[in-house]
Amino acid sequence: MAGMSRGRGRNQFTFNVDALGFGRGDSLPTTTHTPSPLFPPMQFQPVPLHTGEEVEYMLALKQELRASSKNLPFHIRAARTKRDVSRYSDKYQTGEPKNNTIEWSPDWSRLPKELCIKVRKPQKTITGTKQQLKQRPKVAASKEDILQKLETLEKEEVHSEEEEDEGKKKKQNDDEEEEPEVEEDYDEEELEDETDYIASYFDNGEDFGGDSDDNMDEAVY
Amino acid sequence: MTAQEVRLCGLLLQEHFGDVVENVGTHLIRNGVLTLRALAHETKLALDLVKKSLCVLVQHGMCTFGPGRRGPAGPVEYHINCEHILHMLRYPRYIYTAKSLYGDTGELIVEEILQRGQMTMSSTVKTVADRLTHNMPEGQSMDYNEVVSAFSRLVETHFLQRCPPMASAESSGTGSAETPPAVTQPSNPESHPDCYKLPYISLSGHGKRRRSSEDGEADQRAAKKAKTDSSECGDEGIHWQVNFERFHLHFRDQAIISAVSCKLDQTSGEIVRTMLRMSEVTTSANAAFTQALSANEIFRALPSNYNIARPILDQYLTLLVDDPMEFVGKAGDSGGGMFVVNLHRALANLARATLESVVQERFGSRSARIFRLLLRKRHLEQKQVEDFAMIPAKEAKEMLYTLLSENLVQLQEIPKTPDHAPSRTFYLYTVNQLPTARLLLQHCYKTVGNLIERRLYETKENKRLLEKSQRIEAILASLQATGAEATQLTEVEEMITAPERQQLESLRHHINKLDSSENQVDETIFLLESYINSTQASR
Repeated sequence: MAGMSRGRGRNQFTFNVDALGFGRGDSLPTTTHTPSPLFPPMQFQPVPLHTGEEVEYMLALKQELRASSKNLPFHIRAARTKRDVSRYSDKYQTGEPKNNTIEWSPDWSRLPKELCIKVRKPQKTITGTKQQLKQRPKVAASKEDILQKLETLEKEEVHSEEEEDEGKKKKQNDDEEEEPEVEEDYDEEELEDETDYIASYFDNGEDFGGDSDDNMDEAVY
Repeated sequence: MTAQEVRLCGLLLQEHFGDVVENVGTHLIRNGVLTLRALAHETKLALDLVKKSLCVLVQHGMCTFGPGRRGPAGPVEYHINCEHILHMLRYPRYIYTAKSLYGDTGELIVEEILQRGQMTMSSTVKTVADRLTHNMPEGQSMDYNEVVSAFSRLVETHFLQRCPPMASAESSGTGSAETPPAVTQPSNPESHPDCYKLPYISLSGHGKRRRSSEDGEADQRAAKKAKTDSSECGDEGIHWQVNFERFHLHFRDQAIISAVSCKLDQTSGEIVRTMLRMSEVTTSANAAFTQALSANEIFRALPSNYNIARPILDQYLTLLVDDPMEFVGKAGDSGGGMFVVNLHRALANLARATLESVVQERFGSRSARIFRLLLRKRHLEQKQVEDFAMIPAKEAKEMLYTLLSENLVQLQEIPKTPDHAPSRTFYLYTVNQLPTARLLLQHCYKTVGNLIERRLYETKENKRLLEKSQRIEAILASLQATGAEATQLTEVEEMITAPERQQLESLRHHINKLDSSENQVDETIFLLESYINSTQASR
C-alpha cells in the first residue's frame, strides 16, 4: 500500500512514519545476503534440567524400557536381504523364525481372521528327498550300500508323506504344530547332517582376530 | 494429524517396534483408514510382515479395526489411534506413579501390561511374581496372593481396566448357511458394565526363581507346563489394559496441588488434595468443576496428622477462594460454605503460566511483561503497549515485532474508513491463549522429535565404541562368572583406553541429558494437551 499512491504526493507515505521506529533520514538496517544461520546464537541460555531422585528413576526406567523392547517378540525385523554370495553359515545363522508366524500367541478371537498367518509347511521334505536320491548314490562306495540307502530313503519318504497328511489334518483343527515339526526337524537334521557336531556350534570364523588374546605366547602374523 | 505428530509417532514406533511397524504405522496415519491389501500395496512390504505389524499394533491398542465402507461383507478397515502412540512417551511416568502409589508390585504389574499391551490377570500375576522372586535373596519367593491383591487394588481405583469385548455382529438365527462375519468390532471400554470387575481365578503358588545355569530343556518343560497351567485358571479371554485416562486425571490433580502449594503454602495444598480425593468418584472425567463440598465435610476428611482448627480451615478456604488463580470457588453457603475446585479454570491458568514462562525464557523478562500485559488487556495499540509496560519505545517495538514474527502475538486491524487506508486504521496487538497453546504444543512435538533424532545420531556416530564396550563387559561378566583372577580382569578392562573411556563417559552423559529432556518436555506436552482437551470438551 505504501507504493501505490505514486500519483498523489511523491514524498508522502500513507501510514504514520513514526510508528515504524525510524525517521526518514536514518539509515535502513543492513540487508541480509545469506539465509539466517541454522543454529543462531541464543540470547538467553536455557534453564538447566530438573534433577532429583524422581527424575533419575524415570530416566533409568526409560532407558530400560527401550532396551527391553528390542528383545520382545513385538519388535519385528524384516528378513535380512541376501548378501552377494550365499554362504554356508547362512544355514546355521537364521535369526528370523523359520515359519512366518508370530512369535507370541495373541488371543485370536480379538483379531480379525485375515491377520492369522497359516503355517506353510516347509517344502524341504519333498525337494530334500529328491536331492538326496540324486546325490546319495554318487557318494556311496559299493552297490550294496547304494541299495541299502535307497531302501532307507524310500522308507523315510513314505514316512514324511504320512507326516504331511497328519500335519494337514492337525492344522485344520488349529492345534499346535509342535509334534510333526519336531519330528521333521529331526528328520531334516538326520538327512542333511551326517556329522556328530551340534548344529548351533558352528562358528564361521568371522570373529577371528577380534577376540581378546589373553596369553600372547605366540606372535600373530 | 499434523506433520510434527506424524513424525514423532514414526520415531516412537521405530524405537519400540522396529522399522517394519514404523513403515506400516506411518502409512496408516497418513492415509486414514486402509484395508489390508491396500496397506500392503502402499508399503510395498510382504503381506506376512504387514499382518504381523498389524497384530502388534492392535495388541497394543494403537490400531482399531472395523467393518469397512462396504459393510460387514467387505474387507476389514484399520485405522490408527495416534494419541495412544504418543502415550508411549509417557510410559516411565505411568510406571513411576504406580510405584509411588502401590509399591514395587504395582510398578511391575503396570510395566508388564504396558510392554505387552494386553494381558490376562493370571499371566500377569505369574510373570510379576517370577520377576520379584528373581530380585529377592535366596530362599525367599513371592507369594501369588500378594500380587493378586496389588492387582485388585489397581483395578478398584480404575488404573487398570478390562479390554472391551468384541461385539460381533449378530448373524441371523435361521438355518441359512451364513458364515459368521470375519470381523468383530471393539466398543468403548467404559460402556461395558463389567469393566472393572475382577474375575474369579484359582491361582495359588509362589514365584519361580529362574536359574541361569539350568539347561534349555528345563525351560522348555517349564514353558510347556505353564501353557497347561494357564488353561486351568479360569480367566480365559479377559484381558486387561492400562487406563490412561485415569492416570491423566491423577497427573492433573498432582499439578493442581503442587501449584497451590507453591503459590500459597503446604497446608492449602493439603486442603485441595483432600477436596480432590473426596470428589474422585463423584466427578466425571471432563467435568469443569468438582462436586460441591461443604466445609464441614472437608474438615472431617482432612488427614489426621494435620491438626488445624475449624476457624483456621475457614480462613484457608477464604484465602483460596479470593486468590486470583481461582483454583477454588465458592458455590453456596450451606454447611459452613460449599466449595468446588474449578478444574478447567485451573488447567487454563496452568497453561497460561506455561506460555508466560516460555516467553520469559526465550525472549527475556521484558518481552514476558509485554506478553502478560497483552494476555490481560486483550487488545492494545502500540503506543498503549509502550505506556503500560513502561518500556522505552524503540525497545518495545523491537520486542513486539520479534514476538509477532514468532507468531506468539497477533495483529488485528480495525479500519476507520471503508477503504482500509493505513493511516486511518487501528492496529491492535493481541494474544489468544488457545491458538498460542496449540502452537506451543506443536513446537513441543517437534522438540521431542529433534531430541530423539539427535540421540539416534549420537548413538550411530559412536556405534563402534559402544559395541566394543558391550563386548568387553560381556567378556568381563563371563570371566567373573567362571572365577578368573584379578590380573585377567584388569587386563581385559585395560583394553578400553583412557581417551575411549572419556569418550564413552561423555556419550553417556549426552544421552542421559537428551532422555531427561524428553521426559521434561513430555510434562509440558501433558499440561498443554489437557488444557486443549478441556476447552474442546466444554463446547
